[in-house]
Amino acid sequence: MSIYYTKEHEWVRVEGDSGTVGVTDFAQGQLGDVVFVEVPEAGRTLSRGGEAAVVESVKAASEVYAPVSGTVTEGNQAVVDEPSLVNTDPEGEGWFFKLTLGDVAELDELMSAEQYQSYCDEQ
Amino acid sequence: MSETEQATAPQAPAQAALPLDGWHRDRGARMVEFAGYAMPIQYEGILAEHKWTRASAGLFDVSHMGQLLVAGPEAERGLESVLPTDLALLKDAKPKYSLLLNEEGGIIDDLMVTRRGEHFYLVVNGATKAGDIAHLEAKLPRGAVLDHMKEQALLALQGPKAVDALARLVPGVEALTFMTAGVFQLDGATAWISRSGYTGEDGFEISVPARDVARIAELLCAQAEVKPIGLGARDSLRLEAGLPLYGHDLDHSTTPVEAGLTFALAKRRRAEGGFPGWHRLAKELADGPIRKRVGLLIEGRQPVREGAMVVDGEGNEVGKVTSGGFSPCLEAPIAMAYVPAASAAEGSVIALAARGKIYAGTVTAMPFVPHRYQRKGAAA
Repeated sequence: MSIYYTKEHEWVRVEGDSGTVGVTDFAQGQLGDVVFVEVPEAGRTLSRGGEAAVVESVKAASEVYAPVSGTVTEGNQAVVDEPSLVNTDPEGEGWFFKLTLGDVAELDELMSAEQYQSYCDEQ
Repeated sequence: MSETEQATAPQAPAQAALPLDGWHRDRGARMVEFAGYAMPIQYEGILAEHKWTRASAGLFDVSHMGQLLVAGPEAERGLESVLPTDLALLKDAKPKYSLLLNEEGGIIDDLMVTRRGEHFYLVVNGATKAGDIAHLEAKLPRGAVLDHMKEQALLALQGPKAVDALARLVPGVEALTFMTAGVFQLDGATAWISRSGYTGEDGFEISVPARDVARIAELLCAQAEVKPIGLGARDSLRLEAGLPLYGHDLDHSTTPVEAGLTFALAKRRRAEGGFPGWHRLAKELADGPIRKRVGLLIEGRQPVREGAMVVDGEGNEVGKVTSGGFSPCLEAPIAMAYVPAASAAEGSVIALAARGKIYAGTVTAMPFVPHRYQRKGAAA
């Protein structure tokens, strides 16, 4: 199992050809109190970098992009019902959706945890 | 992830520092540009700060707002030529909500005006103060002299426990009732304090010299009831209170009649005129406006924000959302919008379009959350 990060502050946890996607702790800190989440339905095809989900805090609306291409297998109903999970457990219970990866090679273009940490430090 | 909308102004190059700049940063505030100044958007978080203010007391730095004095023998007559307020009826130390109007009856700014002995004290919005000053200097007669009190800072202490915290430091301040004011001593400084605010809660607005404000802010926040609150919660609190925000819900092209601010048009002034836009406003008062500012409860959980369109059955734009967000107290999205007068009745269902989606809003009476002002004669 490996976790990869994007410059747009999403993470994807990969097991085999299956990925779980959410936003990072840094992202939730920037967003503030999350009050609304919309996740993609199972079966939807996502292109890499395309809009995949919506997250809204008290102050702003944001798009969540697909870190990699693939087909959605599950949207997280728990985070829809309780959007504050994005704040309290962004890289755990606050995940957005799972997908079957379209092209595992796309992962090579994402950041490792260490690379992402130094990326955030520069922000 | 990327932000597609932001409730506050994006960062601009020029950011002047207000007297409490360092104090906010020391308290961990996240600073943003607002009205040309670096200002705290939040400290611990907007939801927590919002709820704290409704439950206890929050301290807001509103030193970006313009504090003006108009003095001289022509002050009253001069101000009546630019404001629709009956200043002859205005008693000493009673702040009154008023409007600077243009010749078309549009709103240049909204403000508070208070008679203080021989002069008038005005508090205007930060983002509009430079324009307001230019407008007043152009319109006021020679016998009315305008002074911009740049050396004064302004704090707002808001919430049901504001009176407990402030009366501990300023004995006697609890005797003020809603929309009354006076001079007090606060930690050795002379303070002009009014029982008023912009949250719908009981509370005070406190004008003190800028050189004293950091010490006074520290003293206020040392009271157990008080925490500092940022602009984010200031916006969500005033939205719940149904209070319009200039530059969003009010602007040069909206009139007080459309905006539901006819209480600011005094009876004598409506009859006599003599203020900008009177002809247009008298006609709107008689015939009714073509559009009105309303409050909307939004179906579902997704906020509909400023800029969303009000659409009719054919999808034509017939109005717009001017403020929108998530109400922490109602735990639901709420908004203010201008809608055609025919759709403005309570209970009307309004279709809204944003980001390619249609949302439904139901017209509802404002405030969304009841005001809790300490009015004269009301039970304490």
